[in-house]
Amino acid sequence: MSFDLNFIGILIGAIMASSVPLILAASGELITERSGVLNLGVEGMMIIGAISGFALMVVTDNLFFAVIGSMVSGLILSLIFGLLTQSLLTNHVATGLALTIFGIGMSAMIGKNFVGIPGKEFPLLFLNLKESIPFLGPIFFGHSIILYFAFGLPFLTNYFLKKTKTGLIIRAVGDSPTSASNQGINVTLVRYSCILYGGAMCGLAGAYLSLIYTPQWIENMTGGRGWIALALVVFATWSPIKVLIGALIFGGITILQLHMQAVGLRIPVQLLSALPYIMTIIVLVVISRDSRKIKLNTPTSLGQIFYKEK
Amino acid sequence: MYKLFLRSLISVLFLLGLSLNANAEFKVGFVYVGPTGDHGWTYQHDEGRKAVEAAGIKTTYVESVPEGADAERVIRQLAQSGHDLIFTTSFGYMDPTNKVAKDFPNVKFEHATGYKREHSNVATYSARFYEGRTLLGHMAGKMTKTNTIGYIASFPIPEVIRGINAMTLAAQKVNPDIKTKIVWVFTWYDPGKESEAAQALIDQGADIIMQHTDSTAPVQVAEKAGVWSFGQASDMQRFAPKSILTSIIDDWAPYYVERSIAARDGTWKQQDTWHGLKEGMVAMAPYNSAMGSDLVKEVEQLQKDLASGKAHSFTGPIYDQKGNILVAEGAVADDGMLAGMNVYVKGVEGDIPQ
Repeated sequence: MSFDLNFIGILIGAIMASSVPLILAASGELITERSGVLNLGVEGMMIIGAISGFALMVVTDNLFFAVIGSMVSGLILSLIFGLLTQSLLTNHVATGLALTIFGIGMSAMIGKNFVGIPGKEFPLLFLNLKESIPFLGPIFFGHSIILYFAFGLPFLTNYFLKKTKTGLIIRAVGDSPTSASNQGINVTLVRYSCILYGGAMCGLAGAYLSLIYTPQWIENMTGGRGWIALALVVFATWSPIKVLIGALIFGGITILQLHMQAVGLRIPVQLLSALPYIMTIIVLVVISRDSRKIKLNTPTSLGQIFYKEK
Repeated sequence: MYKLFLRSLISVLFLLGLSLNANAEFKVGFVYVGPTGDHGWTYQHDEGRKAVEAAGIKTTYVESVPEGADAERVIRQLAQSGHDLIFTTSFGYMDPTNKVAKDFPNVKFEHATGYKREHSNVATYSARFYEGRTLLGHMAGKMTKTNTIGYIASFPIPEVIRGINAMTLAAQKVNPDIKTKIVWVFTWYDPGKESEAAQALIDQGADIIMQHTDSTAPVQVAEKAGVWSFGQASDMQRFAPKSILTSIIDDWAPYYVERSIAARDGTWKQQDTWHGLKEGMVAMAPYNSAMGSDLVKEVEQLQKDLASGKAHSFTGPIYDQKGNILVAEGAVADDGMLAGMNVYVKGVEGDIPQ
């Protein structure tokens, strides 16, 4: 392996790019879960976001519409989830699973006409700085705007949940919907908003895959990333910053193990392929050992159905 | 009364049987490992199916069938629902195909790229893709500046290892300094993973990317990075117009039509088919003129020689990684050796995953 600094910079840049969909989806799901709603439909919303984004790109030839459209379609799918779980009070787990299955099937059906169409170049920012500054250039520059947004998002989410009134309300609803309701908070409305926000972020994560990361539509192209995002939220004990760390470790080891193979290190390939999963769990478990903090962050009423007695 | 009932029952059953028989139109079923829109492996098989359909034979297909328990279920379902000939088009369908074939002796089965024909109603067929890989190796050896060829491999089966070896041998012949770097992704089809693998190989200095996986993601990564690439299974040129030097094309259509007609007319026999450039089951997409007309001519000549048998992909002396001789000087590897190939030749880096 060549160890010059610029190469390491390129490597870090690649790792950052591969963790973007995880950060976006997990950050969205984190807000949803902090309000006490467990939406297992992340994979389904991502894949619908991916196909909607790509289809709109082909039809309108406008990347802005494509990105917005992917968020709207993720939002619409999560609205279905909201209607079922919040208004019709169905079970969160079953409904979320159904949403994923529906999303995968639906995307394949819509996608039939969009297979095999090459994607459009997505503008990357500060490309000249990427080339001209060694090491730091490839880390900080030459990325899409969505990547910068994704890396800011966990910090914004953290601030939002901890320091703002709305964040406090969401946490209150997630911890004790009954008390929140008694305080005059419209629990259902708060939860609806959080579900819709989560859906939009998952849609955006999907669009990142189909518009930027592998610019094309391919059936099942999310490849289980939605499930990894879900697991990240839990292992990061509902802390946005730890979600970011977890996503970077996962993306990092995924990329590094490919490099280790390319270098010809004599480590069993099967072990290398399992490494991202093992390491992400180990690291997140180790950094989240403070049980007091876990208690503080865990939405107590997660996945429980709430209805206001009239 | 009882006898009357029995008699009418028998006649009803008899009529039912007759009518079923009359409805039993000749049908051919296909089982695919990926979606028909992968623009690679499965896409080409489906083009073959369409040719069968065009020849006036009814076909059905099931796509994206995982290699495992699901495969057996799908194949059994096709056999039960009145298909007379079933093509199972991925290596991992080998055991399920043979298992189902045992229970349906009247249905004919054709398994692609496998070697097990446990029952008289199972035939196998494959293409000599390695001949195409030899051509790629020749071009790669000539075109690389970094002397590093990146290879995205799927599963450690003889078929894939044969391709890696054929390519490396041909590249070494024109450029003794080349190194083949391999990344195993353990999937036939995962665009995200395939593009990450391609990027890793490029970052490790490879300026030629080739793949034994089915999506167009690696050639797109190569196009973006400004390195050369080769398409797999079908012509992927429009996904990477600047980067692709050529594609290996699998042309299954003539074989599928021939075998379907044979099965319909009752002349189908068990056999093991292994066709290559000569028969046209392996074809090459147009060569990219960016590699220069001299090289294009060279490659075209080599293609002719491989097709005519004047040249062979595995001509001795060939050594394994440790330096032991595999094929003696002047000899060529026989089909038995090719079919079971499970060692790397000298010049390939790393170990085969066990």
